[in-house]
Amino acid sequence: MTIQGWLLIAAFLGILLALTKPMGLWLHALYEGRRTPLHLALGPVERGFYRLSGIDPDREQSWRGYAIHMLIFSAVTTLFTYAVLRLQAFLPLNTPGLAGIGPDGAFNTAISFATNTNWQWYSGEAAMSNLSQMLGLAIHNFLSAAVGISLAFALFRGFARRESGTIGNFWADLTRVTLYLLLPICVVYALVLIAGGVPQTLTQQVTATTLEGAQQTIALGPVASQEAIKMLGTNGGGFYNGNSAHPFENPSDWTNLLQMLSIFTIGFGLTWLFGKAVGNTRQGWAILSAMIVLFLVGVTVAYGAEATGNPVLHQLGVPGGNMEGKEVRFGIAASALFSVVTTAASCGAVNAMLDSFTPLGGLVPLFNMQLGEVVVGGVGAGIYGFLLFAILAVFVAGLMVGRTPEYVGKKIEAREVKLAVLAIAVLPLIILGGTAVASVVPAGLAGPLNNGPHGFSEILYAFTSSVGNNGSAFAGLTAGTPFYNGLLGVAMWLGRLFVIVPMLAIAGSLAAKKHTPASAGSFPTTGGLWIGLLIGIILILGGLTFLPSLALGPIADHLSMIRGQLF
Amino acid sequence: MNSLSSSLRPALVMTVLFALLLGIAYPLAITGISQMVFPGQANGSLIRDSKGVVIGSGVQGQAFTTDRYFQTRPSAAGKGYDGFASAGSNLGPTSSVLVERVKADVARRHGEGVGIVPADLVTASGSGLDPDLSPAAALAQAPRVAQTRGLPEARVRQLVAAHVEQPTLGFMGDPHVNVLALNRALDALRP
Repeated sequence: MTIQGWLLIAAFLGILLALTKPMGLWLHALYEGRRTPLHLALGPVERGFYRLSGIDPDREQSWRGYAIHMLIFSAVTTLFTYAVLRLQAFLPLNTPGLAGIGPDGAFNTAISFATNTNWQWYSGEAAMSNLSQMLGLAIHNFLSAAVGISLAFALFRGFARRESGTIGNFWADLTRVTLYLLLPICVVYALVLIAGGVPQTLTQQVTATTLEGAQQTIALGPVASQEAIKMLGTNGGGFYNGNSAHPFENPSDWTNLLQMLSIFTIGFGLTWLFGKAVGNTRQGWAILSAMIVLFLVGVTVAYGAEATGNPVLHQLGVPGGNMEGKEVRFGIAASALFSVVTTAASCGAVNAMLDSFTPLGGLVPLFNMQLGEVVVGGVGAGIYGFLLFAILAVFVAGLMVGRTPEYVGKKIEAREVKLAVLAIAVLPLIILGGTAVASVVPAGLAGPLNNGPHGFSEILYAFTSSVGNNGSAFAGLTAGTPFYNGLLGVAMWLGRLFVIVPMLAIAGSLAAKKHTPASAGSFPTTGGLWIGLLIGIILILGGLTFLPSLALGPIADHLSMIRGQLF
Repeated sequence: MNSLSSSLRPALVMTVLFALLLGIAYPLAITGISQMVFPGQANGSLIRDSKGVVIGSGVQGQAFTTDRYFQTRPSAAGKGYDGFASAGSNLGPTSSVLVERVKADVARRHGEGVGIVPADLVTASGSGLDPDLSPAAALAQAPRVAQTRGLPEARVRQLVAAHVEQPTLGFMGDPHVNVLALNRALDALRP
């Protein structure tokens, strides 16, 4: 570990903390449906969208209405992308003449992008035409992110409102977040990336004659426009197979820092908005503090493991940190930090190949996802996932002192606790169940590239990443088979659905309740004790379930590495 | 269910409207603007020789395998630096395939007289298209390049030093040397 490395981590967090309140204030305007300066230019577009689709943005929905409209919209956009991918061969902007994507592959990819997962079984530059990238995939990078933020708004309203039957209008939230937040930032962001060397053209390939006289095909396309929303929307689906390790997606160390910042900035802002919405911004800062503690522990472990390197290679006379799968311009610190950011959030972009990380370096991304991606988390998804843990934490605190638990002015009762447990318990079931099946059937065992415990880690990582809607991979796994495409596609869908629906039900239930003012007996949810309790609950409930699987995978791998045992 | 039927029209219309705005208008607008403002970068930072033939990209790496050039890192992109197959090796830390590969590369570098082998010189990058070497990995090759080209080693080391790019503000990444730029300078010095 170096001083420069820690400076990078400090600068990263410092910039984010400075951006938290401004981002929160902007989100607050959208949350309340207030006018922003951008309404001058985009207001007519917003109104046009409502008029053409027959929506009254002021007509609010119950949680059921909100959920059904959101699910139907997701289903329609998923089918749209499925059609674009299947029909790729007949659509324009396909200069290399790429064939349509097969049914299992298109099924997997359509769900993958609609659920904000961006798991990729294919290699972008070789399988997808420019039109498929723009129209089939990148629109989901916007919409799945906007849906996530909208759902967070809905849950915040549940906490903030008193005796209300409604939690907002899905279409208004979706349209406002897209038009006034994601799109304007992406326009500026994409142009900055282009200035830094990211291509943006409709040309799909150029052939170069290298200095040594060989022919090299250079793959180009509308990369920057997709890259911007890929990071800002915590999507993570790369234009290229190499993702953010690819020089065209992430040309330099400063584009790398910018990409990491853009993964977290909305997530940080949403914690502030939560505090603002419930009338006490310290509530938001308390949540953010717990997230940052968990984040820093992850960074320290991952950075330490990667900087220490692989003793097996040290013995061969190659000293220093682990550079397999890493780019020289980033080095160890920026690669380790990126891996923790991308899995703490549900981004899933990578600037180094996680499959080649040291076992403990690779354990951190895996464990981050197993905790439910609540350490900042995906845009929207992180904070609503975190609030499910907060509900359980006040419940546990209530049990200890024998009082009905309250959180930010709402009584937490049996219904909310049951729903939160449902969301938190179903995910490990799908992850571990799927991993178990794939670890015994021949079609599953055909997947891993690596042998021994590391091969098991590849399978475990795939199911964890899918259910957690992350999308990063131990990419040695050959996942482009009907078995994995089908199973992981279903896992991604269930992983999204089983959090969203219970969460919206909680929002509806909370919105209908009276406000309970804090009293002398209320457990304070802003101080250090609360932050400690939150971290404990997340580690015990979120993490403990997975310890046996981690022992079989990364921990066994680590012990083998120390002994010099190869597979 | 009432919600179900009332959701169909907005779901269909919004899908079409957002597809047009986000899937067509947005990327085309960015393409149009960038082609005017940053045409070099937007088209892949292509480098052409004096006859106008494209010889590579200033951003993406290309393979160098002969002794007279500074050689690039091992690459898992296709058969090496394939621009249509970016990939890392994805080999884990306990993989015997990884260890055999590194062992062979280390032996080769030892044969060239390299003492301590810099890690990036014998490890595959994440993209398989890494354009850079660490300064140490470039300097380790200076004696071989100098000998092959009949140049004084000090001159070659000087050339490497002149091509080292420091991290932005000193901490955002690692020092690196763009191999294509270095090798072009080498050709300019003595073809």
